[in-house]
Amino acid sequence: MSTTHHHSLRKRLADLRGPGTAPRPLDARALAALAANPGCRRRALMDAAGVDKGAVAEVLGAPARFGQSRFAFSRGHAFEARVKRDGCAELLRLLGAADPGVPAEVPDLAAPGPEGRAARTRLALAEAPAGSWTLLDHPLLALEVAGSLAYLEPDAVAVAPDGRWTVVEIKSFPILDGGADAQKVGAAARQAAVYVLALDAVEPGRARPDVLLVCPRDFSNLPTAEWVDVRKQLAVTGRQLTRLTRIEDIAATLPEGTTFDLRYAADGSTPTRSRIELSQAVDAVPAAYAPECLSTCELAFHCRDRSRADGCVESLGRGLRGELGTLTTVDAVLSAAHGEAGDPADPAVAALRRAAALRAEALAAPVPGAGVPAQQAGEGAGERAGDAACR
Amino acid sequence: MSLMNTLARAEAVAAGRAVPAATVRHRHLAERPLVLVPLTTAGEAGAPLGAMVGTDRDAPVLLVVPQPLDRELRFGFFAGLAAAVLPLMAAYEDDVEVEPATRNREESEVCADAPQIVVPNSAALEYVRLLGRSTRFLRTVEDPDAPHPVPVPVPLLGRWLTHYGERARTPGSALLVAMTELLTRHWATGQSSMEDQHLGALLGWIDPPPGLDGAVAAERAQTDRAPDGLLLSPPAGPATDPLFDNRVLAPAMARYDAARTDGADAAEVAAAEADVRRLVGSQLRPTWDDVWHGLDLLRALPEGARVADRWKRDRWSFTGHRDRLRAGEPPQPKRDGAVAAAQKLAGRETAQARVSAQEALDDPLTMAVRRLAGEAFAGEVTGVEMTYSEGRRPMPRPLLTVRTPDLPQAEPGTKAYRAVPGAKSAQSAEIVSVAPEVRSDGTPYDGGPAAHLVVVRLTGGMGSGRVPKEGSVPEAGARVDFTLFEHDPRGGPGLPEPEQTPWTHGGPPDAGVPPGTPPPADAPDPVTAEDYL
Repeated sequence: MSTTHHHSLRKRLADLRGPGTAPRPLDARALAALAANPGCRRRALMDAAGVDKGAVAEVLGAPARFGQSRFAFSRGHAFEARVKRDGCAELLRLLGAADPGVPAEVPDLAAPGPEGRAARTRLALAEAPAGSWTLLDHPLLALEVAGSLAYLEPDAVAVAPDGRWTVVEIKSFPILDGGADAQKVGAAARQAAVYVLALDAVEPGRARPDVLLVCPRDFSNLPTAEWVDVRKQLAVTGRQLTRLTRIEDIAATLPEGTTFDLRYAADGSTPTRSRIELSQAVDAVPAAYAPECLSTCELAFHCRDRSRADGCVESLGRGLRGELGTLTTVDAVLSAAHGEAGDPADPAVAALRRAAALRAEALAAPVPGAGVPAQQAGEGAGERAGDAACR
Repeated sequence: MSLMNTLARAEAVAAGRAVPAATVRHRHLAERPLVLVPLTTAGEAGAPLGAMVGTDRDAPVLLVVPQPLDRELRFGFFAGLAAAVLPLMAAYEDDVEVEPATRNREESEVCADAPQIVVPNSAALEYVRLLGRSTRFLRTVEDPDAPHPVPVPVPLLGRWLTHYGERARTPGSALLVAMTELLTRHWATGQSSMEDQHLGALLGWIDPPPGLDGAVAAERAQTDRAPDGLLLSPPAGPATDPLFDNRVLAPAMARYDAARTDGADAAEVAAAEADVRRLVGSQLRPTWDDVWHGLDLLRALPEGARVADRWKRDRWSFTGHRDRLRAGEPPQPKRDGAVAAAQKLAGRETAQARVSAQEALDDPLTMAVRRLAGEAFAGEVTGVEMTYSEGRRPMPRPLLTVRTPDLPQAEPGTKAYRAVPGAKSAQSAEIVSVAPEVRSDGTPYDGGPAAHLVVVRLTGGMGSGRVPKEGSVPEAGARVDFTLFEHDPRGGPGLPEPEQTPWTHGGPPDAGVPPGTPPPADAPDPVTAEDYL
């Protein structure tokens, strides 16, 4: 790719973000969320442009619900400091160092700007002496995602005496009696897989496909660790990230002058962009909403409103499409079920008609051993847009 | 998700409110359940922030930990929870019924009723388990060596909570239930199952305030904030809204800490504590009211016929734990042994099969799901042909032809079961053939058959004579329901005795240990100088 090409994309993304707005760095959590929903062009583009999606959602009147509690934040920091104190002696022990008494090399990675830090990290990885441990505390790794560069910051990367690299992920949820919350471990594994991918971009094959997950043990503050095999997450995330539509292709489909600029007032914190205008800009990029977005994407409530207004079945659950075949809207499902539309030879339509008949029969049936009639569902679907918006 | 559920959700979207997913109530509801709404401190395992608990909806007990990192304050919380829960347990322990002896069991006693605990959602249910785990090994003031002793009843509370948490993993049990699970079992909303985990939103769909659409009511519950930025319908816990933590709770706790370190002025500390109490209470109360609202909705449903049977098993479970406590057994282990784990799993599998069968038999809407899946069929008897078994004493084996709109997924020879009114157990039968209905000239109907003809051979429930018992064989024209699943499934063959257990499965007990010796009890969690917990 030519430099001018790179330059023009960067300019385009800066225009989308708005002049004078600092980009929000794309972190591993965001990449993992993106990989979980690779079809979402809206998220891909806005993340690549470094748009503050939370602020956009705020202006759209559909702010996200999640955030981080101060308590969890300070607990996380205190625990990480506990793991890394005394020159990471505790971490070395957890990594299985033969003699944790021998201190590890902890190179200084400080540099101005992400490019500088990433370069220092690459240098430190290359210069790590064989035969001893080197620990990189908060290194910065660069990964090209959909044609634009993302900088990622793992908690630590260890270089073992044999030269292999290990991603260390420090989390503050506990490992209780040898087990931890499966959802949290899954999220940590997906996040760590992104770091392994970024290390593979430095030198393929040097990073171990199992990462060290360091957590507090039981109800204490004592660190304990488990090796987590992330080969599966690596394969999935790697494949999904390559599937992402190239950012420039998405940007090319947008009407001239599209921007997510919030036009902050002179105080730098009051957005002046009109809701309608911003909404039009956001809706110019197609989204792939699924309920899972609600816990990972700041824009989810806005996308949910759109998805519901279009009557898309995905708003009821991502897995539904599989059994509904070509029926993509709630209206299509209901009219097929009630025999008003749809081809009876289509297995999905036939099954729905059967289900509707059985359901009606059951609701009309007297309940065994009780005389209370069941509440009947009302009819009368609201007005809905056509199928076009629901892929 | 089943297609029936998808259809119901689509109907709910069109109707603008939830639609029934069951026609009867499938879980026991106590007359006076103990409602427990716990809150936890973000990022700290086992550091509760507060709870609202009680059996009187107008007078909840509010427990608050003004500084969750302070061990003594946490222990005070556990003591308060024990004071709210344990008297209830004790009240039920001595009211027993005598269960007459059966072939496999001696005469025994079972508690006439058991306390039921209702929490807002599945996360709160998991939290009850966590509370049980964190308290059952604590050492009490009776232990002179304990570095940080807790009040005496706390470990007992931990053991009860552990038992309730463990029992909740048995399908169909009702000792400890999550309101979101109860409601989603009985109603289908116009949102995804993930969004159904939000109790306020779920109630918005099921019972929207007058003049509101279910979707709007749910969205209000999810996102509406007061002018101060706090959610009008705070999360049902145990996690709190991060905004509440950052904007309101953290400063209030800081004031409390400051008042305490400044020392001296007791009134100032009390005022700061009252402030935290008020804040935590404000987050708990809406959920508390929601849980009771949910109970009202569920009570309006008639109870399923077989719910009492499952509740009796819960009463057995309660009685069993009472007996273990009385026998002085040690607290439940941190991890089950191989034998105990195998027993639990086998028990849960049986319970799952039982609750699936019972719910279908109790509720036509649940049966409809099974019929759609080809696991049951209903229809009209179009012909009865009397045949007899071969052998010295020929027994009646009538062949029924049933015309059904369903398509049972059954090979010839598959067992089928029919509920016979008044009979103790289901009538057994086997499928002989399943064929699409054809025109009288033998040609198939256009656009697929409207019905199937199923030939079943009745194999039991007709008495022991050559002539079937009266009323045991349906006549032509009668409506019959058959299931391909057993009505009263029993567990598989029993597990071997511990002495016979192979080494691959935990092995026989050590030779040096006399039989009957319980395994060594788990040690209490170590207390380190630096951890707060």
